[in-house]
This record gives sequence, C-alpha cells and structure tokens, in this order.
Amino acid sequence: MELLSGADMIARFLQDEGIEHIYGYPGGAALHIYDALFRQDKVKHILVRHEQAATHAADGYARASGKPGCVLVTSGPGATNAVTGIATAYMDSIPMVVLCGQVASHLIGEDAFQETDIVGVTRPIVKHSFSIRHPSEIPEVLKKAFYLAATGRPGPVVVDIPKDMTAPTERYEYIYPKKVKMRSYNPVTRGHTGQIKKAVELMLKAKRPVFYTGGGVVTGKASEGLTDLVKQLGYPITTTLMGIGSYPQSDKQCLGWLGMHGSYESNMAMHHADLIIAIGARFDDRVTNSTSKFCPTAKIIHVDVDPSSISKTVRADVPIVGPALSVINEMISLVQGQKIAHPEALTEWWQKIDGWRADRVGKLYEPSKPGEALKPQEVVEALCRVTRGEAYVTTDVGQHQMFAAQYYKFDKPNRLITSGGLGTMGFGFPAAMGIKQNFPESDVVCVTGEGSFQMMMQELSTCKQYGVGVKIVNLNNASLGMVRQWQDLNYKSRHAHSYMESLPDFHMLIEAYGFTAITVTTIAELEPALERAFADKHELVFLDVKVDPFEHVYPMQVPLGAMRDMLLSKTERT
Amino acid sequence: MRHIISILMENEPGALSRVVGLFSQRNFNIETLNVAPTEDPSLSRLTVTTIGDDRVVEQITKHLNKLIDVVKLVDLTEGNHIERELMLVKVKALGAARDEVKRTVDIFRAQIVDVTPSLYTVQITGDAGKLDAFLQAMAPVGILEVARTGVSGIARGDKVLSL
Repeated sequence: MELLSGADMIARFLQDEGIEHIYGYPGGAALHIYDALFRQDKVKHILVRHEQAATHAADGYARASGKPGCVLVTSGPGATNAVTGIATAYMDSIPMVVLCGQVASHLIGEDAFQETDIVGVTRPIVKHSFSIRHPSEIPEVLKKAFYLAATGRPGPVVVDIPKDMTAPTERYEYIYPKKVKMRSYNPVTRGHTGQIKKAVELMLKAKRPVFYTGGGVVTGKASEGLTDLVKQLGYPITTTLMGIGSYPQSDKQCLGWLGMHGSYESNMAMHHADLIIAIGARFDDRVTNSTSKFCPTAKIIHVDVDPSSISKTVRADVPIVGPALSVINEMISLVQGQKIAHPEALTEWWQKIDGWRADRVGKLYEPSKPGEALKPQEVVEALCRVTRGEAYVTTDVGQHQMFAAQYYKFDKPNRLITSGGLGTMGFGFPAAMGIKQNFPESDVVCVTGEGSFQMMMQELSTCKQYGVGVKIVNLNNASLGMVRQWQDLNYKSRHAHSYMESLPDFHMLIEAYGFTAITVTTIAELEPALERAFADKHELVFLDVKVDPFEHVYPMQVPLGAMRDMLLSKTERT
Repeated sequence: MRHIISILMENEPGALSRVVGLFSQRNFNIETLNVAPTEDPSLSRLTVTTIGDDRVVEQITKHLNKLIDVVKLVDLTEGNHIERELMLVKVKALGAARDEVKRTVDIFRAQIVDVTPSLYTVQITGDAGKLDAFLQAMAPVGILEVARTGVSGIARGDKVLSL
C-alpha cells in the first residue's frame, strides 16, 4: 500500500493516466501541486504567460490528437482567466480537464485572498465539475473527470481543489482506478437498429441527397467510415466548419463546407435536396440561416451522440441517437450490396451540382494585380501549396478564419483547428503552440490577423522558453476585418472601432523575442517568404503579410434568408 | 402546456444549482420547484413545474437528462398522476368574517393550525387549482401571508420512479 499526499496523488494520477503535457500557471493555492510536479519528470508542465493560453494550448492538443487536454491553474484570477478557454472547449465539444487550485476549505465563502467560486462561475460552460472534499477521493474524482471529458459528447471538466486537500503532511492510500462507473452517466454506444434501417431505406430511395456532417465525426473518430459510406453511395457531401477534413476536400464528391460563408454549391445543394443526412452536426444558426426557410423540400436524418442536439433547432424526421462511428458502420453494412433506387435521378442531381460549381469557377475572388495589395485568399492558397495541404492550421476568429477554411484544402480530419462555436479571438496562437509541442515533426501554422494575434501575443515568450517552432501567418489588414465587413454591409461603412490606429512594428516585436519575422507586401515576395518560413521545422517564424483591407468574405448568406440566399461578391447576389 | 417533471438526482452539493442554472441558462421557465431527500439518502427528488410546448419540454427533459447529477426523471403529465401542494396562509379573522373563514376552511377540507384573536393560520393541501380557488375565496376577507411548497407529484398505478 502506498501513502501519498493529495498533491502527489495528482502528479501520480496524471502519470498513470498517460498525460504527457499539462499547461498551467502557478499561484498560492496550487503550490503543493506544483511542488509535486517538480519532484517527478514524467508529466511535463508547460508554463504559459496567461491562463487563457493554457486552456487554448490544451484544447489545440486535444483537437489535433483526439485525447483530453489538461490544464492546471491557481484559484481566483488564475481560474477566471481560464474561463474563456473552457467556454471555447465547451462550445466545440473538446475533451479537457482543468484542475483549479482553491483556497483552503475553512476559508471558502469568506472572500479569502484569491477566492472565486469557480465551480459556480463555470457551471454553464462545463460538461461537469467536481470539488474535492477529502484528499482520499482525489484518484477517483480525477478518473471520473477524464472519463467524462473524453466519452459521449466530449467536453471540459473542472476540478476544484482546495489547498488543504493537497497538504504534504496528510497522506492517504493511492490506487490508480483503472475503471470508473457512474450510475447517472451511461453514454450511448450504438444507435437504434430500427431507426438506422429506416434511415438507410430513405438514403437508398433519395433522388437529391446530401450528407451534412460536423465536428461529431471528427471527435467521434469516424472519418474513415464516413468516407467509405459516402463513396459507396456516390452522394455529395458538405461539412460544417468543425467537420472540415472529415471527408477529403480534394475529392469530387465534397462540395466544401456550408453555412454563412460556406461554398455556393454546398448551400445550393442543401436548399434543393430531398434528403439531408446529418451526422455529428447540430444545425447551428451559422449553418441553417433562417430555420423557417431551411431546406424546404428535404427530409432529415439526424445522427448525434447527444440527444439534446436532435430536433433542437430543426426537426428531424429520422432521429438516431448514437456515436457517429458505430452508426456509420452499421449504415455501411446495410448499404453494402444494395442498389440505389434512382440512379438516373442521382446523375441529374450531380449535373445540377456541377452546374452550380461551374457557375463560380474563377469568380471566387479577384487576384491582386501587380502593384496592388495582396489578397488574403491568395496568401492562404500559397500557404496550402507550400505546406502541400498537410499542415495543422490553427486560426483565430474573423475574416482570416473564413479565408483559411475556404482556401486551404484539408484532406484529413483534426487538421483545421478553429474556434467554431464560441468564436474566440486569441485562440489560434496558443492552440498552435499546444499542437506543435505534441507533434514536433509536423508543420503547424497559425493563420491569424493583427487583431486576434494581439490578444495572445504574450505567448511568444512561452514559445521562446520551450523552443516551439510554430509558424504564424498574420493577414495584416490593419483592421478588424469581419467587423468592418458587417459595418460596410449594415452600417453604411461607419467603421466604429474596427480599425487599428497604432499597430506595433511586428517585425521588431518578433525580433525582440529572438525570432525571425518577414514582412511581405507583394505577390513576388509571398512564396519565397513562405518557403523560408517552413524551411526549418523547429524555428518560429512570423510572416507579417500586408493584405487588402477592403476585401470581404464571400459567399455570405443574407440574414433571415434561406440557405440559397447569398451575397456572392460586393455586386452579385443569388 | 403545464408539465410536472420529477427528477431523481444525486444528493450532492451543487446538484440543485445545476438543475436551476440549466433553466435560466437555456431560457426555460420554472413555475414551481421543490426538492428533498428520498428514502435513499444518496438521492434527492426534485419536482419542477414548467410551461412550454412539446418542443420546449422535449428539450428540457433532454437537457436535464444530460446533467451528470440527474439519475432519472419522468414527465408526470404524460400519464395519470397525483399532484399535491401544501399551502400555509394567514387570513384576517375578525367579527363576522371569523365564522365565514372557518366555514370556508371546512368546505375546502383545510385545517386551522394556529389562532390569534385577529387571525387564523390555515393549512391546505391539494392541486394548484384548489389552492388558487381557496386564495380567491379568502381574498375579500384579507390575506396576510401565503407560503406554498410548490407542486409535488407521483404517478398513479404501478409506475414507479426509482433506480
């Protein structure tokens, strides 16, 4: 029997759970835990420069690897700084465990120094939370925390740890709990067979079917199965922003992604479909546009591991509660050997879709002419070429995020790492940091804008400390592009606080940290600069790319319209 | 439509606030709420009445089920059920009204549980409609204070909400 203090139990548990990296920032209430981490060398602690970055880094790692990220912060401000990152993970269903120091039990409720009711603060943005009430329960609570975070519909779990629970003088028996059972938590392991049969019957009879798949396929590790199923049927597929890469985008059956800034052909196909096969997607308002006008002629099959996602905003005709992987596998076995009922209708459907595709060829944006400012779109296209479409691409939020998602072609899941649900500016850079540390031999690039980057640029210091060789492509339009775009469209171009009057000299800023910065202003400089940036995998390089500040993101769905109602450029609409 | 949802949940600190928080967070409405431990000390039973169309109530039950602390729940209004609420009410009881109050209490099969020279404290149980009717009957006399427990309920027949 092994007796350990609460703090040592935490360190040991993380080892036994196979956690390699924990992101955090020390402070009074967490010091016993930090001391325990110091006295071991299996779990590596990464010291960030702001707790929000710790959560984003752990989140980025979780998205890229499919395993839960882990964060350690102190009480009060340490914990509240982590809140935005917790909410980001919650909205995108990302597995993460956040360990928060807390003031000692006897001080709770007394407004003690650095006391915050973090369980209360985070209640609406966690999958679950725990408060440790006795050191001996630490192994079991931590096991439950990781189990909850990673299973069912994943999400962040907060564990509040009062300082006296980790006191070095109090020791209790430690046994690593290999299994955990909770009577009130039994995530579904497979869908209802009858419903799946019904769905497959509809799928085989459809004349204008579209697959619409989301982040649930990525987190559910069902991309291969999905690709098989879609290829067997020969149907078109569009994904959500979060589902990008769950089906190879270079394949001809893939229409790109859908919704507010989705591709023209995706939104048109959705609107005219007679069957929508939604898997691991949640009919989010950025996808559906006005729900009353959403896909008027379509029946809807909706597969989701979370029953509350089904019929939340759009009613499903065939609801299936189950994990994407097992449902898709069952669908594949039912489809095998079957023929679709209306092959001629499918041919006609593809002709229609190919027509929509052809409509937009060469019209997506106007490339820059010599002497003009670079277009952000051509920067992303060049980035995709130089990295052969294989990099992990993280983004912040705004126009650059949409351009990255539109013009980088992802053939693999877990490659576009973006804050889709919460839309958190500042997410991209720390997320890239978390990924690069765990995938040091891969190219990891953060596509950002000068607005977002300034929200988390203190992490340059963390990158310096640990030698993290991420690449940063700053699409610098000297304005908050997406805000500005909305102001152009809805506020007669009154640019209220959407421009940046006093930007730093990014070149000098980056060099101050000892890194390389390259400023790019012309198309001729672009590819050489990118080649140079990616030449050394272990060097942080910052590209400050000056782009056209007047560019808008198109297509853009018209508010209160149907899927097909889009602005296609500054002068065209559907 | 009004629904009565009964929930068995872990008797843990914070469990109640998760349930209540869910309602405000998702813009669901709460008419009444009561909660107390059950015969199994590890479980509490919470009963909430809410108003919403089928779509809203479906979302409410789904989201409640998603809470880790919620072990099991039932929408009692889906079947035959018994619904009760207890109310304590202080009414003025002076002069001729004193007898009238006593008569009304008897008609409603309520009980007077405390007496002063100028008022009665009445205890009454029943469904929400009966309690409302009693308050209406007492209004002309003068209601001084009302304490209601909120609705509690149980299914009729063999149906049992347990683990």
